[in-house]
Amino acid sequence: MAIVEQVRPSERGAGWLQRLSDAVRQRESLRALLLAGPGGLWLLVFFLLPITIVFAYSFARRGPYGAVDWSFTLENYVRFFDWLYIRVFLVSVWLALLTTVICLVIGYPFAFVIARSPRRWRNALLVLVLVPFWTNFLVRTYAIMLLLRADGLINNALQWLGIIERPLTMLFTPFAVVLGLVYGYLPFMILPIYASIEKFDFTLVEAAQDLGANTWHVFWNVLLPLTLPGVLAGSILVFIPSVGAFVTPDLLGGGKVVMIANLINQQFLTVRHWPFGSAISFVLMAIVLAATMLYFRLGETRRI
Amino acid sequence: MTVVPATTKTLATVRPARRRLSVGWSVLWLNVLLTFIFLYAPIVVMSIFSFNASRQMQVWMGFTLDWYVRMVHDERVRIAAQNSLVIALVCMIVSTIIGTLTALALERTRFRVKRLYEGAMYLPIIVPEIVMAIALLVFFNLCFQWLDQLFGLRLNFGLGTITIAHIAFSFPFVAVVVRARLADFDRTLEQAAQDLGANDWQTFRYVTLPLLMPGIIAGALLAFTLSIDDFVITFFNAGVGSTTLPLEIYGRVRRGITPDVNALSTVMLLASMILVLGSLALQRRRST
Amino acid sequence: MDRPIDVELVDVTKVFDNGVVAVDRVSLQIYQGEFFSLLGPSGCGKTTTLRMIAGFEHPTSGEVRIEGRPMGQTPPFRRNVNTVFQNYALFPHMTVFENVAFGLKMKRVPRDEIAHRVREALQLVRLSGFEERYPRQLSGGQQQRVALARALVNRPRVLLLDEPLGALDLKLRKEMQLELKHLQMTVGITFIYVTHDQEEALTMSDRIAVMNAGRVLQVGSPVEIYERPASRFVADFIGETNFLVGQVDEIDGETATVLLSGGRRLRVPIDRPLAARSEVTVAVRPEKMRILPVEAPGANGVLTGRVEEVIYIGTDTFYVVRIDDATTVRVRSQNDRNRLDSEQQLPVGTAVSLSWAPDAARVLVD
Repeated sequence: MAIVEQVRPSERGAGWLQRLSDAVRQRESLRALLLAGPGGLWLLVFFLLPITIVFAYSFARRGPYGAVDWSFTLENYVRFFDWLYIRVFLVSVWLALLTTVICLVIGYPFAFVIARSPRRWRNALLVLVLVPFWTNFLVRTYAIMLLLRADGLINNALQWLGIIERPLTMLFTPFAVVLGLVYGYLPFMILPIYASIEKFDFTLVEAAQDLGANTWHVFWNVLLPLTLPGVLAGSILVFIPSVGAFVTPDLLGGGKVVMIANLINQQFLTVRHWPFGSAISFVLMAIVLAATMLYFRLGETRRI
Repeated sequence: MTVVPATTKTLATVRPARRRLSVGWSVLWLNVLLTFIFLYAPIVVMSIFSFNASRQMQVWMGFTLDWYVRMVHDERVRIAAQNSLVIALVCMIVSTIIGTLTALALERTRFRVKRLYEGAMYLPIIVPEIVMAIALLVFFNLCFQWLDQLFGLRLNFGLGTITIAHIAFSFPFVAVVVRARLADFDRTLEQAAQDLGANDWQTFRYVTLPLLMPGIIAGALLAFTLSIDDFVITFFNAGVGSTTLPLEIYGRVRRGITPDVNALSTVMLLASMILVLGSLALQRRRST
Repeated sequence: MDRPIDVELVDVTKVFDNGVVAVDRVSLQIYQGEFFSLLGPSGCGKTTTLRMIAGFEHPTSGEVRIEGRPMGQTPPFRRNVNTVFQNYALFPHMTVFENVAFGLKMKRVPRDEIAHRVREALQLVRLSGFEERYPRQLSGGQQQRVALARALVNRPRVLLLDEPLGALDLKLRKEMQLELKHLQMTVGITFIYVTHDQEEALTMSDRIAVMNAGRVLQVGSPVEIYERPASRFVADFIGETNFLVGQVDEIDGETATVLLSGGRRLRVPIDRPLAARSEVTVAVRPEKMRILPVEAPGANGVLTGRVEEVIYIGTDTFYVVRIDDATTVRVRSQNDRNRLDSEQQLPVGTAVSLSWAPDAARVLVD
């Protein structure tokens, strides 16, 4: 028969650490401050504040020698409407859209195949997709440059096979930039779509077929609508970095293909017109935030 | 969504998927194959040519390790590598700490502006790098001017500004990773610990933290990788004297394609792959 | 009773942030050494009550006292109670030994004493030899026993158990019920046990508190609760009951005559005064009724009717008997003869007469 002993929790004078703990435990606001503080502070000082300064700059003038003249003006924003700059925006949006569509066309079937392969293979296939994605973006862009050059592998192979006589100009074209963007962001499209298809209930396909739907109808009326969340997520994840891309158009476009980020770079480092550069940055950010909010609004109406 | 009894679902997965036309499936698998070739060809080719004895890319003139030897002896590369590593390590440590605290704040506390805070945390992830890069450029520039005017303190762009910038954009990523782990956390374990006499600190130290560790490590590796690979933000905030590996590669590529860039790139490639695979392996082993 | 009270709830109410009243003015006294169960359907507040004793929730109003001391806002780690959780909550990153030793480690018990007591506790739950295993390597029943050992090793005054057997299959559950009961009697600790399974509560408890919608409806021993349910809910929740609705016609000391629809009169004992003409429910349990064909000798039962359904479950036979257009009654008759051979058959359609001992009927007023 066991003797019921009392082993009371230690009641010696609670140490200062414990008293501090108690205070933190009681006051939820104190705890929130301690935990959220560091991140919030860092974000405030090194992100929000800088962006606010950029916003302020966009209303300033360019002083002599590229310094900033703090008099209020809207001229930077007005300058946009010059065809020279509008063109850059249109090119960026167009290339980004093109990239998104190509990624979708390649990525959706790819994700479909992985999601439907035997369970054992799926993880391996996903890792295979992810590994190049995790390597350095700059290095990968450079690798594409190597292939596309006039004396690069592709041209050499095509010439050797006799398909072409003179090397194709592939580098420093919009084609190269889109290729580079697709290369860089394809996994961003594949992964969300894969997640969507994986959750999809394939008995719905059987039900549709039972009711007389052919393959195309099954895809268009059943599979696609129900995997739309993944498609939307992937599209946003590809579009946004593409529209603001810097390295890809810089290396693969070589100055001939100018996207928004290149324009900003020009204004800040070459032309040294910081206010105008700030205005462009702000407009870029506005586009991106608008696209994100559109995505969330779409998500809500579809009850994703 | 629809409610389907579990039994019918297992039936569907048992039946082979090959009931569709095999032509359709061949096309799909062809797509997969071509995509994999597309993903790997450039980097594989580049790696192969880093061993090419010829300066030119057309011809294969025999295997050599010369370019690697040259790279190792290259002073600039050594400094760049050193800088990259130091920055990445500092960034990893600080980002992990701040990111973990932020994740705890998001998952375990309530406060009035939490929604706003949460949204703000996602901004560095959403906003294009170039915007963040020049924002910091502008900010640091202004700070240096003021510090000079007010205190006569002359600071400049360099490793410090790079590191601060890296931490700013990588800790939200750490927060996302750790938060995912926290969301899945079984709260009854912490209650059990308290029930058995562990106070708040003991509960955190003996139960919460050990079980959170895989997520924290994954976040740390992510921060390290983001830092070491970063180009755009580093480019605008490095100033004149400092260089990192990506900066070094960019500079050389701009000046013209030389094979030693291949060697350097291949090494960076391998390093990233090892890091990623290691992180995945680590996560799989420690998941309980 | 002069036994010391280990846990007392004084007018405890708990209202959650979303306005839900989970516990509504509950007062309970739980004596030292008893096996006390909180029984009720899902959502009745029994788990919330338990959590308030453990310290994971604090009452909105009212007081929780442990060994006479009000607990107030005391956190769980300063209370002398331990909990066995529904999902066991074993620490996955610690071995069985480390799990069981955890509470002792927190109290800074010296190492060799820890080793000794952990071994003792594991012996108590018959898991000696499992020290180095990890929870994921154990079966459900074994995990449950580790959770028990982990709680008991701290020698708490009170052990709280939150539906610990819910995840086990039927056979294992019945085994564990007996084991737990024996364990409690051996160790002598007060057990407070939460369950929705009334059979489980009846089997194991010294006393039961039946709860519904945040209130305690009745507290008593299993026999009291079963034989003298205080309300319709309790009579219905515990076991099976037939309810006959009628009006009080005459009162004669300790007996009342109740007029049922259809003109029948029942004489029922009452334990408190009732107003004449008040609506009451007469409750009779199926196993208390005797069923005989109307022509049989001794068939002088108060109720007559026709057999509508016969349900054979091996040990007993249930008869669903239609009394009138609106009422059927279930009668449980033990199969004490071989059903295949015996002539005691009451097929569907038989006119039957139902009778019971006078004290087998109860009058319920709600």
